Amino acid sequence: MSRWAELARLGVAAMLAGAAITAWTAPLKYGFGQPATPAQVAGWDIDVRPDGAGLPEGRGSVSSGQAIYDRKCASCHGTFGESNTNLQIAGGVGTLGSDQPLRTTGSKLNFATTLWDYINRAMPFEAPKSLTPDEVYALTAYVLNLNDILPADAVLDQHSLPLVKMPNRDGFTTAHGFMRRDGKPDTHNVACMNQCVAGVRVISRLPDYALDPYGDLALQTRALAAAPSQPVANAGASLARASGCTACHGVTEKLVGPAFREVAAKYAGNDGAEPRLVAKVREGGSGAWGSVPMPAQAQLTDANAHALVQWILAGAK
Amino acid sequence: MPGNQPMRGRIRAAPEHHQALPVSEAPEYRLAAPTSAARREFLRGVARSVALAGSAAIAAGAAPRAAAAELANDLPPNVPGWSKALGAPILASPYGVPSPFTANVKRRESPGLTRTPYSSVAFTPLQNLFGIITPSGLHFERHHAGVPDVDPALHRLMIHGLVRNPRIYTMDDLMRFPSVSRIHFIECGANTGMEWGNVAVPTVQYTHGMLSCSEWTGVLLSTLLDEAGIDAKTGRFVLAEGADGAGLTRTIPIAMAQDDVMVCYAQNGEMLRPEQGFPLRLLVPGVQGVSSVKWLRRIKVGDQPWNTREEALHYIDLMPGGVHRQYTWIQEAKSVITSPSGGQVVQDRGFHEITGLAWSGRGKVARVDVSTDGGSRWRTARLQEPVLTKSLTRFRIDWTWGGEPALLQSRVMDDTGYVQPAIQQLREVRGRRSIYHNNAIQTWQVDPSGNVSNVQVG
Repeated sequence: MSRWAELARLGVAAMLAGAAITAWTAPLKYGFGQPATPAQVAGWDIDVRPDGAGLPEGRGSVSSGQAIYDRKCASCHGTFGESNTNLQIAGGVGTLGSDQPLRTTGSKLNFATTLWDYINRAMPFEAPKSLTPDEVYALTAYVLNLNDILPADAVLDQHSLPLVKMPNRDGFTTAHGFMRRDGKPDTHNVACMNQCVAGVRVISRLPDYALDPYGDLALQTRALAAAPSQPVANAGASLARASGCTACHGVTEKLVGPAFREVAAKYAGNDGAEPRLVAKVREGGSGAWGSVPMPAQAQLTDANAHALVQWILAGAK
Repeated sequence: MPGNQPMRGRIRAAPEHHQALPVSEAPEYRLAAPTSAARREFLRGVARSVALAGSAAIAAGAAPRAAAAELANDLPPNVPGWSKALGAPILASPYGVPSPFTANVKRRESPGLTRTPYSSVAFTPLQNLFGIITPSGLHFERHHAGVPDVDPALHRLMIHGLVRNPRIYTMDDLMRFPSVSRIHFIECGANTGMEWGNVAVPTVQYTHGMLSCSEWTGVLLSTLLDEAGIDAKTGRFVLAEGADGAGLTRTIPIAMAQDDVMVCYAQNGEMLRPEQGFPLRLLVPGVQGVSSVKWLRRIKVGDQPWNTREEALHYIDLMPGGVHRQYTWIQEAKSVITSPSGGQVVQDRGFHEITGLAWSGRGKVARVDVSTDGGSRWRTARLQEPVLTKSLTRFRIDWTWGGEPALLQSRVMDDTGYVQPAIQQLREVRGRRSIYHNNAIQTWQVDPSGNVSNVQVG
C-alpha cells in the first residue's frame, strides 16, 4: 500500500470514528447495530400525521389527479370511486348513524392527511410506493373532489392539505375502555349459576341455503361417513390461484379483467382459442376486454399455461 | 343408538384427523423403500391395500363388500400391512409434515368475505386442535398486501423519532440482545365480527378462527427503547411499520410499549413463518392482532397518535348513532366451545367431554362456566395448566347426553372479575353494525339427532 493510500485510509477511519462518537449522544448499554444516519431515516420516515407533520413538499391538482386516477386506480375503485370491489372511496356522507351505513373513505375518514399517507405508502395495490409526492397530492385532491369536498379547480400542497375539513372530522371518540388494560368495560355480566334466564329462545340460526358455499362441513369437522371422492378438488382453480391470475380475474365476476366464464363464453366453439389465449397469457395484451392492460405472465411454464387455458375454456369449474 | 347402551359416547368416532386417501395419494415412502424390484412390487401391493382399507373405513356402511373384506385384513385378529412391511427411512421428509390422513386439517377462507386473496383472511381450524398451542402452519393469516418475500440478510429495523440514539439493526444484531420466550394469543379485532347482526357462518373455524396462540421468542421492545434512549417527557406513543407493500402502520401507547411488547423473530421454536412476518414482527400481547405488525421495519417514537389508515378507516368500532370508537386496542375476555361445535355430529348418547378455549387481553383466565341449556344453569369447567396471562387456556367439562335438545355455551371470567357478556348485552351498548370486538358468549345447538349448529339465543 502506498503511503498516500495508507494516510487516506487512516483519515477515513478517523472520520468514521468521529461520526460514531457524535451520534452516541447517550450511553449505549449493548451497542449492537449502527446509528441510523439522517439519510437512512429520511428514506424510510414516510408517516404523515393529522397536523401535517411528515408531508413532503409537492403539489397536485384535481385535474391532474383525475388523469392519474383513470389510468392507475379506476380499474379497482370505479370511475367515480363508486366500486365496492374494495373499500368504496366516495359517497355515503351522513349515513353512518342510519340503519344502512354506507362506509366509504369519504363518509368515514376524519383527516385528509391519512388519505395522503395511505396512497403514498400502499397504492396502487399491485405497485405500492411507486407514486411521486406530486402524484399523491393530485390523487388526494381528486378523491376529495369525488366526495364533493374540494372544487374541481382545487390544488393541494403540504400547507393546504392539513386544512381540509373532512365531513366526519368529529365522528370519532376515544372515550371508551379499550385503550388501557385497566379500562372500564362496557358490560357487567354476572357469573350466575342457577335459574339465570327464563324461556331461552333461539333468535338467529343459519338457513340451509347459506351453508352451500362452505362445502362439505363433515370433511372440515367429523367425517366418518364421507370419503373425499375427489381429494384434489380442482387442479385448475389451484393453479389459477397459485399463478396469481385470481388477483385480477374472478370465476363469474368481472374484477380488473374479465371473469373466466366470460372468456369461456366468448371463445366457445372456437377451435383456435387455446393457442391464441396461451400466447396472450404469456405475452400480455389489451383491447379485447377494455383498456386495462393484462401484464405478461412469462413466468408460467408452457404446460401450466396450457392447463390454465384449458381449464378456463372448459368453464373454470 | 339405543338408550340402554352403557355410559359411553363419541362424536363420530373417527374424527377429522383420519381421512381416507385415494391410492394415488398414499404415502410415497411406501413405494420408495430401497429394495429389490420384487420387494418393491410387494410393498406397492401393501400400499394399495392400506389405502383402500383407509377408504373403506371412511366410507363405512356404504363401502363395497370387497373393500370391507380388505378392511378386515388390517383389523384384529389379523395383523395390518404396516406391521409387516418396512416403514419410511429417516429424512423421507427432511422438514416433517403432517400425515396425509390429516389433509383436511387446514386453514380456510370464509366464502365471499373478501374480494382479493392478497388482502384477506385464512381461518385457523380450532375444531381440529388440541391444547393451547396453534401449529405454526395453521396460525390464522391476515395480510393487507400479500406475504412479502423478505431476505433476512437485508432486512433492517430502524428505531428513531424522539430518541437520543436513532439506531438501525440487522437480524444478527437483534438476536444478540437478551431474549424472552412467552406464550401469547393473537386475535384479530374482527374475530366473530360477522355475527354482530345475526348468525352468519357455520363452524367455529369461521366464527372464532382469527385466533391463534404460539410461543413467541424475541427481544422486549422496552430493551430496544431503553437502548435508543427515549425522551421520557415527550415520547408518549410509538409507531410500528411493516416492510410489506401495505407498509402497515399502527400506533402503540408508550405504557404498553414499555411493558410486555415483544420484537419477535421466532415462533414455536423456529424462525417465524412468512405468513407471520418472517423475519421480524411485533407482538402486542392482549391487543387486537393488527397491532402486532408483521415484517417490522420501523419503530418511531412520537408525542401523539398517528391516525393511520388502519386506525381511521378500519379497526374502528361503529356505535349506535354513527360515532366511531378509535384506538380500541384491548381484546376483552372471551371463550368458545370447540367440541362439540358447529358442523359436528354428536353420534352417541352417554359421556362426552365438552372442551374449548378461553382468553383475556386484560390478564389471566380465572374461571370458565359451561351451560348445556342455553344459559339457565351453569357448571364450572376444569382449567388445563398452565393458565398464562394473555394466552389461550384450555377448559374441559364432563357431559352426559341423553338425546335431548341442548344449547351449549361457555362463559369466561378473567382475573379482573370481568364476565363474558351475552350477545344481547353487547348489542345494548354497541348496536349491531360494528365489525370489531365481538366477545359475546357463543351458543351451539345440539338437536336430538346430534347435529350441532350455530345459533344465537336471547
